[in-house]
Amino acid sequence: MSGPAPHPAAAALANRHRIRLCEAIPWILLLAFYFVFPRYLGFGVELLTMILFALSLDLALGYAGIVTLGHAAFFGTGAYTVGMLAKHGIWNEPISSLLLAAMAAAAIGFASGRVLLRTSGLTLLMLTLCTMALLEEAANLGQAYTGGFDGLDNVPIPPLFGLFEFSPLFPTVQYLYCLGVLFICFVFVRTLVYSPFGQSLTGIRENTLRMHAVGAPVNARLVTCYTISAALAGIAGGLWAQSNAYVNMSTLGLDRAATVLIILVLGGYGRLYGAFIGAIAYLALSHFLAKLYPTAWQLGLGLLLVLIALFARNGIIGLYDRIVGRLRPRRAPP
Amino acid sequence: MIFGIDVASMLLGGLAAGMVLFIVSVGLSVTMGLMGFVNLAHGAFAMLGGYVIVLSMRRFGLGFAPALALGFVVIAAVSVLFERLLYARLYRAAELDQVLFSIGLVFIIIASVTLLIGPENQPLTLPEVLQGQIDLGIIHYRTYSIFLIVVGVIIVLGLWLGFERTRMGAQIRAAVDNRRMAESLGINIGRLFTITFAFGSGMAALGGGLGAEFLGLDPQYPLKYLVFFLIVVAVGGLGRVTGVFYAALLIGVLDFVLKKYLPAGGTLFIYALTILLLLWRPQGLFGGKSA
Repeated sequence: MSGPAPHPAAAALANRHRIRLCEAIPWILLLAFYFVFPRYLGFGVELLTMILFALSLDLALGYAGIVTLGHAAFFGTGAYTVGMLAKHGIWNEPISSLLLAAMAAAAIGFASGRVLLRTSGLTLLMLTLCTMALLEEAANLGQAYTGGFDGLDNVPIPPLFGLFEFSPLFPTVQYLYCLGVLFICFVFVRTLVYSPFGQSLTGIRENTLRMHAVGAPVNARLVTCYTISAALAGIAGGLWAQSNAYVNMSTLGLDRAATVLIILVLGGYGRLYGAFIGAIAYLALSHFLAKLYPTAWQLGLGLLLVLIALFARNGIIGLYDRIVGRLRPRRAPP
Repeated sequence: MIFGIDVASMLLGGLAAGMVLFIVSVGLSVTMGLMGFVNLAHGAFAMLGGYVIVLSMRRFGLGFAPALALGFVVIAAVSVLFERLLYARLYRAAELDQVLFSIGLVFIIIASVTLLIGPENQPLTLPEVLQGQIDLGIIHYRTYSIFLIVVGVIIVLGLWLGFERTRMGAQIRAAVDNRRMAESLGINIGRLFTITFAFGSGMAALGGGLGAEFLGLDPQYPLKYLVFFLIVVAVGGLGRVTGVFYAALLIGVLDFVLKKYLPAGGTLFIYALTILLLLWRPQGLFGGKSA
């Protein structure tokens, strides 16, 4: 060994973002899903887009602590960007369309974030909610462009790389495409949250006043984070539109915003993999229960939310941590 | 002359709707101002009250006034239970937990009502006296709307007196302005909040019953009107009875006028206006300096 040992704090920080072996598990499972359940790939595509959407919310809510009720605004912006460009014959190459969707969502995220993030608490909650409602109304009104209440269907999406056809009945290409995009976005988010930028976001969440005091540009950081989060949500929306070949107002509403919030909180926010666990648990349950017993499903969901808020603040991952912590002998405090 | 009648009738209709908005939202404003609790389930209490009122009239043949009183008392009592057992645990919790908890509560109430009573709309049958038109000298107008305006004015006067002239009201105002200071002066905030919460929920129940005639009454009620109630509170300012009153009237009339002249984009306009207003004055149009 050459040189002095690194400072314990530096070592601890470096250790936090070390890639662990167990991090491969979700990806292996998602890939295995493709081979094991070829008949449920439509469900799989929905799962992947919701994971990406929840991941984008995690960045804003879990890491920067921005409590928003209107994140579906960006999902919808992405979906409508892809849908409208393709339907009106302007542009429909899949990957560049996704980038355009990200840019459109980022633009709205930046513009609204610039003004919204000056506020906090109830005002911020109201403003995010109103921004989403505003976009929803706009989508409803702009019938000539957005298809109004019915949305746009049969959106033409050309083959990926000019080779792989998107088939509505056997969404094999869509599944692998979504998985690929999710993986790239995940690597990006993982790098981001462990970077000094990500650390400063956590600092802002934990103690805004102190971050101001140490001279961090709090507002600029929040706006940047919100914009990136919006762009990722836009990509998720774009993926959704491409794989389903339609867009409608369900991409923009309070329903979707509440669903993604529930997914993230169920899995555990501020934990990267919370989005995965939450989306799998929520969508698997809703896929089988919601259609059979819609009212009982809503009742169960409500009970679950109340229990999470009262007893399990960090979702499934938090529960797991607590159980593991109980079982393991406690280490001496550092 | 025709134009004048048009304006008058629009104003009356808007005012009547505004009164209902006020009666439902005033409790939300005071409880949010007092405890800073983001209670998205307030509309669910209004809906439950509406159900108690409408069903007690239909099934047990209760009169309109006794049914309203019953609705108020039942929902106030139920909400004390909720407050002591559930809400009280979350006063010091993060905003997100309060949001999740109250959304969960909304889901539970919606599902229970759907299971127990059914998903269909429950129409309110008005008593004979309140049906039909009333002659106001210049114009004939719906008796029920005039009734709502009169009731609303009586309620706001009562609340204003209670807020400004009683010991309890002074304690609430003190606690809204500075909770810590009020607590150190020996005001029992917990008890104060339980009473306010019960009273606010009872008012919401009244509003749910009074407004059932034109807002409808079905299990989706709490989600359908959530944004509207929140807008009223945000525009009126937290913990301000008169602020919420003006805001509710303003939004009621605006909504009515826009629905008539701009049927498609009316709601869009209200959202946009709310965003601009909150950016200009985050504490609301009528709120105090610190909110």
